[in-house]
Amino acid sequence: MNDTTTTEQEPTPPPAEEVEQPSEAHSLLYRIAAGDALAGVLAVFLAFLVGSVMIAATDETVRETAGYIAARPSDFFQAVWDAVSGAYAAMFRGAIYNTRVDDFQTAIRPLTETLKYAAPLILAGLGVGVGFRAALFNIGGRGQMLLAGAAAGWVGFALDLPAVIHLPLAILAGLIAGGLWGGIAGLLKARTGAHEVIVTIMLNYVAYYLVLYALSRDFLLQAPGSNNPQSLPMKQSAILPKVLGDRYNLHLGIILALVAVAAVWWLLNRSALGYRIRAVGGNPHAARAAGINVGRTYTTVFFIAGALVGLAGVNQVLGTVTSGVTTDLDAGIGFDAITVALLGRSRPLGILFAGLLFGGFKAGGFTMQTSENISVDLVLVVQSLIVLFLAAPPLVRAIFRLPNKEVA
Amino acid sequence: MSTTADTPATVPDELGQVAVVSRKTPILLAVLVVGLALVLLFSDSVGETTFRVASRNDLFQIPDITVPGRATAWVMLAGCALLTGESFRRLLNQQKTPLWLVATYALLWMTAFLSWAAIGGRVPVVGLFGGAVALAVPLVFGALGGVLGERAGVVNIAIEAQLLFGAFAAAVVASSTGSAWAGVLAAALAGVLVASVLGLFAIGYFVDQIIVGVVLNVLVIGLTNFFFRQVLTPNAETLNSPERLSAVPIPLLGQIPLIGPVLFRQTPLVYLLYVTVAVVAFALYRTRWGLRVRAVGEHPKAADTVGIKVNRTRWRTVLLAGAVAGLGGAYFSLVAVSGFNREMTGGAGFIALAAVIFGKWDPVRATLAALLFGFASNLQGVLSVIGSPVPSQFMLMLPYLVTILAVAGLVGRSRPPAADGQPYRSQ
Repeated sequence: MNDTTTTEQEPTPPPAEEVEQPSEAHSLLYRIAAGDALAGVLAVFLAFLVGSVMIAATDETVRETAGYIAARPSDFFQAVWDAVSGAYAAMFRGAIYNTRVDDFQTAIRPLTETLKYAAPLILAGLGVGVGFRAALFNIGGRGQMLLAGAAAGWVGFALDLPAVIHLPLAILAGLIAGGLWGGIAGLLKARTGAHEVIVTIMLNYVAYYLVLYALSRDFLLQAPGSNNPQSLPMKQSAILPKVLGDRYNLHLGIILALVAVAAVWWLLNRSALGYRIRAVGGNPHAARAAGINVGRTYTTVFFIAGALVGLAGVNQVLGTVTSGVTTDLDAGIGFDAITVALLGRSRPLGILFAGLLFGGFKAGGFTMQTSENISVDLVLVVQSLIVLFLAAPPLVRAIFRLPNKEVA
Repeated sequence: MSTTADTPATVPDELGQVAVVSRKTPILLAVLVVGLALVLLFSDSVGETTFRVASRNDLFQIPDITVPGRATAWVMLAGCALLTGESFRRLLNQQKTPLWLVATYALLWMTAFLSWAAIGGRVPVVGLFGGAVALAVPLVFGALGGVLGERAGVVNIAIEAQLLFGAFAAAVVASSTGSAWAGVLAAALAGVLVASVLGLFAIGYFVDQIIVGVVLNVLVIGLTNFFFRQVLTPNAETLNSPERLSAVPIPLLGQIPLIGPVLFRQTPLVYLLYVTVAVVAFALYRTRWGLRVRAVGEHPKAADTVGIKVNRTRWRTVLLAGAVAGLGGAYFSLVAVSGFNREMTGGAGFIALAAVIFGKWDPVRATLAALLFGFASNLQGVLSVIGSPVPSQFMLMLPYLVTILAVAGLVGRSRPPAADGQPYRSQ
């Protein structure tokens, strides 16, 4: 990052305030070369490149052909191409459109799977993102999802109500449980200054053991007569209905996620509370000087964040896996949500697209694992690399020897 | 990264506490006495409790101690009550509660608790403490790594990643070379590798350290799971069946009753741990290097002004911290079990992080905290064998709860190094 100067071929970039309205073509060109958009694309490219290397390095045929690479290099490169393209083609088939079947309704099924996986990522990503906007780090997604899932699950299997009341009540129970659990971290930060990162990490484990305890006592969550830490399955009246008919697994969760995106957008950009949240996030001292109750804002933000992440837990228990509450119900979403929020730059629309992207990765990853025998964990690697590279545009620029934006 | 993820460094202490002597300790002691007394009052278990202190190969054998459970518990608890009274008396005289009082209290309280919890059973005292030391090994290594990094001003949420990658590297290298020690070395190197990524982004590119740490955890889970499934599982014979590090008793020391089997009949990794704790504690407080590390973590600008290369010091410390934390990873795949498994560290890195905070960023206190957490989880294991009335989940929850109380200032206030988590740009 030290060998680049900006003034060689291009004019200096416009000051930050004017970046929003590019007036001239060359400044636009410059922004593409020096702006975050290109670095973003390159970050994704780099992440997939690393993924490709991992696929090729662990492929049987590649390793065989590497043994005689000097004699017949073409075999080696063919094998690398086959392995890598096979894997990514399988991901495409699993995430968007299955090219191997003729019937359109079956071929489009992967896209609905992507939406299904995206819903909890979007919801939890919003929860983390709202926190970021107030400069609060919510790593407590796992705990918030677990408690929300447990609460919604209990309402879902223990009560007998008509669907019109049962489903909303279960969702509400999860929302409040997640919110209250998240609120603990906000309250502690407001009252004692306890760092929310530490508190939320620790609360994850406390929540895990609480739910595990409840799942081993049949007067709480455990299914009667069972020794497994699992509750009874959800009653039909509490299950999120399928939205595209029984052919697809897609359930109402995705609609919930879309509504949440709109609600959070309104909250952050149009409401007084959202203004306070952003003010506190920008500079808590200035916000305090301006008469904003910073402590109360922390608590409120963590309640909202927990409630949103909690909805992701609700989505899992009442929609995706309705066979009962377990301690695995978070399925890593609480942590994935952090990468979603970072990739979406904490903006509701950004989180929506980041969630869709990572949902696609997840759906495609499972297909890749079953059809190409490549571990779905590759997706985790690619995802985290994308976020790492995105977080350090200068590094990406240095790798590709692009002009550096930050050089004045 | 956009500025949205910048966490405010500190929240000013608005409570403005000016009390010279904390009231918290005596209150906490009193609460614990009342709590256990209530439990004793309302439980109806009657019988005798046996404490087994001796083990084979001791210089001389101490016979088992059998006592009436409830009566012993009440006597010990009475002792606790007396000590609590003394603590309050000192509070009235503006004196602090001394460490010996707390230590004696803890011992009595624990004996009282065990006398009650193990009624009708036998408490294997040696196994209880020896197992705790063994379980604490990765926690102590991880906590020391955390302390080093944070003292230099780099928050390390990625201890978990360093442990996990260390465990992975240890299993693979120990299997392929046939030497467990090569595995231990590889574990340290793996920790350094993770630390170098942390350093690259956190120090080199000023990315929020918490973000890097969180993402590194996910990255290492992804990497190790991927290679475990694609490479280790098909080649388990050659790549994932390391020789285990076995216990090496130290002559003489190992034969002292109680202390010997607990401290000196362990694996070489534990002895390495003793050395590491001593070296880190000495180096951090008694050497020029340690002074510089602490200066860089407390006030990097001042350090820079007197000619200390801030970021170079941070880099070196973070890499060293990675090596220390990585060593702890070897415990999982070379000591606890033989071989690597998916996500086998199971959150130990986060307990280590908890120990860093509970130990107030001090190597010795963090070590004690890690030992305490190791004890809590081993106690849970022992109690579930005896069949105790305390749900195991609550015992396992303890380290995390205690940490929350610690950061919230309910059990003494934990204050991080002043420049912890802040990247430094020299001007």
